[in-house]
Amino acid sequence: MSELLDNTEAATKAVVDWLTKKQKSKTKFYIKDFYKIFPDDKPRAIKKVINKMVETGELEFWSSGSTTMYGLKGAGKQHSTEGEE
Amino acid sequence: MAKHETPMLDELESGPWPSFVSDLKAQAEKRAKNEEGIEFQIPVDVCDDLLGVLELSFKHGRTHWKHGGIVGVFGYGGGVIGRYCDSPDKFPGVEAFHTMRVNHPAGKYYTTEYLRQLCDLWDFRGSGITNMHGSTGDIILLGTTTPQLEEIFWTLTHDMNQDLGGSGSNLRTPSDCLGETRCEYSCYDTSALVYFLTNEYQDELHRPAFPYKFKFKLDGCPNGCVASIARSDMSFIGTWRDDIKIDQDAVNKYVENDPAYPANAGAYKGSRDWGPFDIEKEVTGLCPTKCMKFENKKLFIDNANCTRCMHCINVMPRALRIGDDRGLSILVGAKAPILDGAQMGSLLAPFVEVNPDNDYEEITEIIENVWDWWMEEGKNRERLGELIMRQGFQKLLEVTGIDPMPQHVQYPRTNPYIFWKEDEVEGGWERDVEEYRKHHQR
Repeated sequence: MSELLDNTEAATKAVVDWLTKKQKSKTKFYIKDFYKIFPDDKPRAIKKVINKMVETGELEFWSSGSTTMYGLKGAGKQHSTEGEE
Repeated sequence: MAKHETPMLDELESGPWPSFVSDLKAQAEKRAKNEEGIEFQIPVDVCDDLLGVLELSFKHGRTHWKHGGIVGVFGYGGGVIGRYCDSPDKFPGVEAFHTMRVNHPAGKYYTTEYLRQLCDLWDFRGSGITNMHGSTGDIILLGTTTPQLEEIFWTLTHDMNQDLGGSGSNLRTPSDCLGETRCEYSCYDTSALVYFLTNEYQDELHRPAFPYKFKFKLDGCPNGCVASIARSDMSFIGTWRDDIKIDQDAVNKYVENDPAYPANAGAYKGSRDWGPFDIEKEVTGLCPTKCMKFENKKLFIDNANCTRCMHCINVMPRALRIGDDRGLSILVGAKAPILDGAQMGSLLAPFVEVNPDNDYEEITEIIENVWDWWMEEGKNRERLGELIMRQGFQKLLEVTGIDPMPQHVQYPRTNPYIFWKEDEVEGGWERDVEEYRKHHQR
């Protein structure tokens, strides 16, 4: 595991910063998109950290039923406004 | 009196077959009367509005559902699928109509007490409409509102010892046949393996980690009662590698048409007169590899050429038995036809030991190697079968460390080039040029 991923605080910050930067164009991401933030780590280690962030409330899931995506909590369209600006 | 006029849906009741419309109407009426005095936690007219929105969709020729969403239970990335109606002013009862997937037990064994508890819970906190079972196998609870989700989850887990199933980019709830609990053909204990896999891979079941869905299905024998070969990304099919056991006396009882030895264990008896049993016509002549013969009152099977099609065993179950050296075959890559058409599973491991004493080590090793490759290389929303098509079956063999064998070959290769890797060539890429020049001029 890389030093960045091993350090929960730094890893969380890296994910939140990356998502905040992207927020203007996109708010929901596939798990694979997070691999770019941690290029030296294995997918399984990355998903553990990302899922932990859902548990601690920084991120939230969006699921279509067949695919699941991740986003910053409260960012982008919420269910009541889906399909609208 | 129905809340909404549904003339088009009513047509669906006119055929000779059972109709879901009749079922929904019955449920709507039951909720309206509420003879049991249930304190409904979601709108009482949910079923009426469900019928109404469906009628409107028929009328408009387009859906009025918004599918997907943020809803879920704490810590779980699957098991709940959000659904909202886009015309809540007309159909307030289905403004939110979420689906919950409940992890079905191995072999789908229930007690009636459990089913009553489940139905009571769903009448109380949901629409009362269920789907037993969804394609993955889960118990599907259709229609509830967001505030009810955690309440339902609490009751399921605390009072019923019951977990949610998988949905989204998760491992889906593993599903199996009845296996050794009821079936003499089963080559391994499917229920035990489903139970193990469900527990071992809890994290993968509840916390999305994959590019897309991933399904395990387990068949106890090649009869494939759960059709794992067509329905799962990784299919476990029971098999054996020694000989089919033959009781020659019993074979002759079948041939003599002894009434205690009906063909197919009597499964087709009574439907029509099939005439006397004919071993040539019904068994040996139908063997797909022609590896059987019956001569001088003796049945002979050339087991090396048997493909475990199960036909002879199914027809003469008292005479023929599966072998004793049992295990399972692993096939990978089956999927439904969203991209590239439907695919059946391809054989990856012809024989794998099923050993609960070492925590099914041989099986989990293959699973985890396949997952590591797919998680690394799979594109977003790419099924394992599509990745195998894209990168090649050879690549899959490399990542799983399985040596190629004739059973992996589907057809002769069409590409005449062989791209060797350095470790496959004696001496690698290095060579002594001077030694070479002694025999070959420039």
